Amino acid sequence: MPQAVLLKDLDYSVLQQCMHCGMCLPTCPTYVETKLERNSPRGRISLLRAVADGELEVSRALSDEMYYCLGCLACQTACPAGVKYAELFETARAEVELADVNDGMQRGFWRWLTLNVIFMKPWLLRLVGRVLRLYQHTKLDVLMRKVRFFGLMPRSMAALEPQTPRISEKFSNELILPLESPTTKPQYRVALLTGCVQDITFSNINRDTADVLLANGCEVVTLPSQHCCGSLHAHNGEVELARELARKQIDSLDLDALDAIITNAGGCGSHLKAYGHLLHDDPFYAAKAKVWDAKVKDIHEWLVQIRFRRPTAGAGVSEVTYHESCHLCHGQKVVNQPRQVLTSIPGLTVKELPESNWCCGSAGIYNITQPEQSQKLLKRKLANLEQTKCPVVATSNPGCHLQIANGLKACGGHSCQEVTQPVSLLAQAYRAEQGVGASGPY
Amino acid sequence: MIEVHVGREENAALVDAAGTRFKLCAVNTASASFIQSLRQVLAPERVLTSDEDLVPYSFDGTAALKQRPGVVVFPLTTAEVAACVKLARDNEVPVVTRGSGTGLSGGSVPLAGCLVICLVKMDKIIELDEKNLTLRAQSGVITKEIDDACAKVGLFYPPDPGSMKISTIGGNVAENSGGLRGLKYGVTRDYVMGIEVVLPDGTQTFLGNKCVKDVAGYSMKDLFVGSEGTLGIITEVILKVLPRPKARKTMLALYDSMEKAAETISAIIAAKIIPCTLEFLDRMTVQCVEDFAKIGLPTDVEALVLMETDGHPAVVEEEAAQMMALAKANGAHDVRAAADEAEGAKLAAARRNAFSALARIRPTTILEDVTVPRSELARMVAFIDDVAKRHRLLIGTFGHLGDGNLHPTFLTNERDHEEMHRIEAALEEIVDETIRLGGTVTGEHGVGLAKKGFLKRQLGEGSYELMRSIKRALDPQGLLNPGKIFD
Repeated sequence: MPQAVLLKDLDYSVLQQCMHCGMCLPTCPTYVETKLERNSPRGRISLLRAVADGELEVSRALSDEMYYCLGCLACQTACPAGVKYAELFETARAEVELADVNDGMQRGFWRWLTLNVIFMKPWLLRLVGRVLRLYQHTKLDVLMRKVRFFGLMPRSMAALEPQTPRISEKFSNELILPLESPTTKPQYRVALLTGCVQDITFSNINRDTADVLLANGCEVVTLPSQHCCGSLHAHNGEVELARELARKQIDSLDLDALDAIITNAGGCGSHLKAYGHLLHDDPFYAAKAKVWDAKVKDIHEWLVQIRFRRPTAGAGVSEVTYHESCHLCHGQKVVNQPRQVLTSIPGLTVKELPESNWCCGSAGIYNITQPEQSQKLLKRKLANLEQTKCPVVATSNPGCHLQIANGLKACGGHSCQEVTQPVSLLAQAYRAEQGVGASGPY
Repeated sequence: MIEVHVGREENAALVDAAGTRFKLCAVNTASASFIQSLRQVLAPERVLTSDEDLVPYSFDGTAALKQRPGVVVFPLTTAEVAACVKLARDNEVPVVTRGSGTGLSGGSVPLAGCLVICLVKMDKIIELDEKNLTLRAQSGVITKEIDDACAKVGLFYPPDPGSMKISTIGGNVAENSGGLRGLKYGVTRDYVMGIEVVLPDGTQTFLGNKCVKDVAGYSMKDLFVGSEGTLGIITEVILKVLPRPKARKTMLALYDSMEKAAETISAIIAAKIIPCTLEFLDRMTVQCVEDFAKIGLPTDVEALVLMETDGHPAVVEEEAAQMMALAKANGAHDVRAAADEAEGAKLAAARRNAFSALARIRPTTILEDVTVPRSELARMVAFIDDVAKRHRLLIGTFGHLGDGNLHPTFLTNERDHEEMHRIEAALEEIVDETIRLGGTVTGEHGVGLAKKGFLKRQLGEGSYELMRSIKRALDPQGLLNPGKIFD
């Protein structure tokens, strides 16, 4: 039996911090679904504590449990005692990977291909993006569906194919120059992180982010080639790879010359702000990582902090609702700022979405690993969206964006017809000021 | 003395102790054949036995108490509960009933290897009777959902324990939970009109009805309210509900001494005002709550008092103005009113999280529940401060000023045995003083495991033995929640 090491080495006070009051239960999407304690944050923590205490072995069942958890961190918002669930969750997933309790060559292969290969090399990820783009452009995808090629694949993979995001015409480096300056004297100098999924599927949102920064007196540094932030790795038990990527990120920028490092993807931002913890025992990087953490800002957080300019023109949209990315609201506690961005736009009514901070089921790669639960959450989200009768929903994370867009496409006849992001609406409003006209959804 | 069971051996002793007291005490652990029988009675997926399933049912909301059960079952109907109880009776396996496991006295902490009957899947609201102002629900319905259902039709279910977002109504009835509105609206018991209960021999029976007046024999339902799962398993309840107050106003008053806060409360009561909420938090609690909720509470105060009045809008306005004036006259250095109901609700929610928020400071948080007559409250708070100093302990105190229910909360580390001993000594003193002032060792959390060492001291021989003889009469086998309340 492989020995559990990570949880036992964990600072015990992190586990003890949970006083099992149960306040997390009603906010946990998996507990609400099953009403079983093991599917709840406090239940999972009790399992991890039992492992640390040597009362429970690391088993396949424990692994299943930790991968059933969405990692949405709603429990962190609910927890009055301040339990660092994100830390426990990442340690636990690393523990089960180390213990090697999951069999299956196939799982191992896909994990290796994505985590160890594709998401470690920015050029490779873009290559995959180009291949996919070609595949979609040549309508090969339509053909493949016609000849029912996917019928030959495992059902779970075949079900995923239609969910493959539409690859952008151009990637971020083709849309944003390495250095762009505002027309007026720069007030701030910031770096823009373009992300991985964001870069190849929503590069336009990166462009919008740069435009919004420029319109608010920020000089924008955007490295043409950027590494993955490592959140995917950290959330999936590959802590060493995550550390390697964090070091690369830190080395890529001259921190002293920057006022802020801007991220526009909720999931990335939450992880980017945790490098200090990730590298806390790295003699060379620990101090740098702390500086890094302090400079990373979600775009909305930054806009509000620098008192962004209210646009004088509208965005060509009259009504919008807002879905919160879990890692933006629960992970980063950025809750009001995206709403402030939306309400600043003239002529735009912002309607509150019921359960706006309830996970949509995207949760990183959860929609791939746990399709059933993911679909249940998506259904719940779509039902809440329908209640608002809003034609447009804004969100701020590529995972949520894709998940909701796919959901809307699949269900048909939904009141909500479009998914966008607050910065895109703000950028449209700024452009409309110039008479460029709202460019509409991409 | 304080009962803190950490290891397996200690709790095994608990079973033994119970075993020696009761002639026919159920002491078996769940065997394979017993589990097999349970699977025949319930669907197999509602019978859990794996380690990963059982560990999370080893505790409730009480610090430092845990014990792994042998099997956990999820019945959907009263008949299924009865069937499980009969099987347990035949196999002499003790039964511990639980809902969401938010109890604060260890009342639903299992015995090693026992059967846990978890009622969270019995979660249907059966009827909301607007003509008779009653609501009938299964035991597993979440407390807040009951009030939410009432609110939709302009009705109100007042008891609001701190954990109301997740606690179950069955647990509330079994523990006779209190809450923030006790002063004006009373506690859970005041709203229970009827219960369906499964007795230790597996009999199903209904006690009470929808009648406001009913003197047909003993008020049997009242015996089960607050019985902590030791006399029967409550599976359904009929609750009394009220018209929803049309207006509510929430205010904050800040003080630089606890005495002034207590004087304000006396002045408010003397002015013939019964507010629905009068809560206080001491300096440490305010700091922790603000740290969590970030709602702009001032953290440089000795006492923060949360006051709420509800009812007819005109009366609410008048009472709120009077209360604020009285707070100022009695030494509050700042008094403010919540801008609207939403802000008021935020303040009340922050107060509900006080206990858990205190857990931010040290690894282990031990919550007490001593209650004294309202007039003795300031004296008791001062006494607790003094005890903390003398025993070199960190105690955050908050509670219900209106009804004298205090929550001194020890912030400690269960692994620090020396400090745990000092806590025991401090608790002894607090309990003695509480009893001396005519108080009770538990105002709303129940006796469970945490308070049972103090019970006799408070009750005296006569009523203590009366309770035990009732337990023996209803549950001669010692099947239901043995070792809770008393041995």
